[in-house]
Amino acid sequence: MTMASEHPRANLQPLTLHIPEPKFRPGDAVDFAEVDVPPAGEARRPDTADKASDFTDLAYTLVRVLDDDGNAVGPWDPKLSPDVLRRMLRSMALLRAFDERMFRAQRQGKTSFYMKALGEEAVAVAAAYALDYEDMCFPSYRQQGLLIARGWSLVDMMNQIYSNTADRLGGKQLPIMYSVKEAGFFSISGNLTTQYPQAVGWAMASAAKGDTRIAATWCGEGSTAEGDFHSACTFAAVYRAPVIFNVVNNQWAISSFSGFAGAEATTFAARAVGYGIAGLRVDGNDALAVYAATQWAAERARTNQGPTLIEHFTYRAEGHSTSDDPGQYRSEGEPNAWPLGDPIKRLKDHLIAIGEWDDARHAAQDKELAEQVKAAQKEAEKNGILGHGLHQPLESLFDGVFEELPWHLKEQRQQMLDEESASGRPWDRKA
Amino acid sequence: MSDMIETPVSDASDTGGETTRMNMIQAINSAMDIMMERDPDVIVMGEDVGYFGGVFRATAGLQAKHGKTRVFDTPITECGIIGVAVGMGAYGLRPVPEIQFADYIYPALDQLVSEAARLRYRSAGEFTSPITVRSPFGGGIFGGQTHSQSPEGLFTHMSGIKTVIPSTPYDAKGLLIAAIEDNDPTLFFEPKRIYNGPFDGYWDRPSQNWSKHPAGEVPTGYYKIELGKAKIVREGQALTILAYGTMVHVCTAVVAEAGIDAEIVDLRTLVPLDIETIEASVKKTGRCMIVHEATRTSGFGAELSAIVQERCFYHLEAPIERVTGFDTPYPHSLEWAYFPGPVRIGEALKKIMKDA
Repeated sequence: MTMASEHPRANLQPLTLHIPEPKFRPGDAVDFAEVDVPPAGEARRPDTADKASDFTDLAYTLVRVLDDDGNAVGPWDPKLSPDVLRRMLRSMALLRAFDERMFRAQRQGKTSFYMKALGEEAVAVAAAYALDYEDMCFPSYRQQGLLIARGWSLVDMMNQIYSNTADRLGGKQLPIMYSVKEAGFFSISGNLTTQYPQAVGWAMASAAKGDTRIAATWCGEGSTAEGDFHSACTFAAVYRAPVIFNVVNNQWAISSFSGFAGAEATTFAARAVGYGIAGLRVDGNDALAVYAATQWAAERARTNQGPTLIEHFTYRAEGHSTSDDPGQYRSEGEPNAWPLGDPIKRLKDHLIAIGEWDDARHAAQDKELAEQVKAAQKEAEKNGILGHGLHQPLESLFDGVFEELPWHLKEQRQQMLDEESASGRPWDRKA
Repeated sequence: MSDMIETPVSDASDTGGETTRMNMIQAINSAMDIMMERDPDVIVMGEDVGYFGGVFRATAGLQAKHGKTRVFDTPITECGIIGVAVGMGAYGLRPVPEIQFADYIYPALDQLVSEAARLRYRSAGEFTSPITVRSPFGGGIFGGQTHSQSPEGLFTHMSGIKTVIPSTPYDAKGLLIAAIEDNDPTLFFEPKRIYNGPFDGYWDRPSQNWSKHPAGEVPTGYYKIELGKAKIVREGQALTILAYGTMVHVCTAVVAEAGIDAEIVDLRTLVPLDIETIEASVKKTGRCMIVHEATRTSGFGAELSAIVQERCFYHLEAPIERVTGFDTPYPHSLEWAYFPGPVRIGEALKKIMKDA
């Protein structure tokens, strides 16, 4: 290899390659002063019939409703009743309690894997409240809040996490990769952002059939780099598909900070601008802002104004999953220093500020929810936990590859059963 | 040679009524047209398939007849085309997306393999992908490396997806209707070299067209050919030749010229494979030759060779022969040196028959 100094163009300035680097690494003191947080209530709220090109500024600011004193301010205030606010708060707190319990269950060896949504509870929960129950959700792996907000059975979710006898997915999927058609919750894929074009396809089908339901989908900021994201944006723009794209910008994609998805150069909401679709950048820790943005985007979709891309600016306060140790790559001071606070505390403070809630009720609710989750866990564990006995018929390994089992799979199934006999150590079928 | 091919109506589940002359493109067009008439959930989409009717004209007239919300052009993103089709399938539609050339299918690989093929399994049947991906494949048209490939082996290797390859207009229509009605994702690879006629591998001779071939006589109505069923296109005793697509016709021609009493099996569906027909034929003849255009290493021929060895070893009187394309990118000017034509097949025939 020729050294630069021997090169015939050595008199020219050498090129340099930029490798993004996050502000803070383990041991660093954290100061998020550079994160621009505009005051709540400042962003304008366009009419849902406005052209996307008329409000591109909203892709570069933050739609915020809750101010530092717990007041709901500005044009995006969805003016929800205290009852709805309390129900939203409860769903978020339930999600946190569920996550806490299941995370611990993994640490206790009761399942193989878990992923928490700590610090991002508003993103999925508030969206679920703003959507119709019949609208179809195409989530990534951190939107379990949709199921919880839609009132889905905690026991059913836990059965899936434990891959036990009552797991509707028959133990075929990694824990938390739920599929709940009945609750409008599409089968989660571990491959990133594949759900984006699928949501567009579902939305296009709904429109082509003259249906009234819309689709919503979620991905992380890191996986906006996937080709699927851009294919989906193009398709959605071209056919004005009734779909809501949510980009959950929680700053970290496992150990890669958002700079590796392009955050040093622009916002993720700005991706919408190039596609000519509506883009909003929202305080993702502000449940009212998330609700208002989702409701606004849903109204655009329902009136054939096409797709909206919402960037939820938030922070992943926990590791990526139970298999991750964020202490290895980021400063432990980050979660507490995050300038947008804790979404549950912010909604709680708002309810207290308007005289509809108090600390004692909150503490009592937390206790009640912890008991509810504990009871659900007890119930679910009656159906077994992962690794303790065989929870599904051995033969079911082959179910669902195709609608009907072809000969080669029948042969392989028989081989598996013969192996069991030959082993002299039959699988534990007591479950 | 072509008169060896049996009258194909016998394997139809429905005779399809009156017949007329069709080439393979017309037969494929007819299959989609009929399915769109029968099922309002069938939609067709892909690059250039709408107003224009497709670069090979396979969708000609469908948009005018069935409307723009059922037959439409798409952005040039194969990942998007298949991802959108999966979402439409989840909604309840029965999409028939076209990938303009099989060589362009790679950007869609994740959506095909990790999504379409796995959705039923991972959701325990809550969601399925009843999609049929049509794509012209194979060489022989001076298409160079990006318009000639045969990537079927990539997909036969992946669980949860079916792979179908017709070799005649009659089969193309019946198999495509069956694929569209099937509730699992199906790849339907169309051998574009034989869209217009049954190419015999002699590129320097005048080309034939389907008008003189019995399988170019195609019912105008509905009929289907069950997936997973091979067809014996020539009965024989000397050896068994397993082939599909264009190679069925090349083999038929070579065998006729060589005067060898070969049994030629057109597989038609690679997954699920018709093992009974293969096994019975090889056990009868004691010799097996496998022919495909695709590259050799880890090609579908390797699977066929293994499976025949496993099941018919004690009936074999000679080593199994594999005749394939070379393990190079598909060339342009040297296409006929790459293509497994009459010379390569003829040499393999001599080798496998030498001790007979």
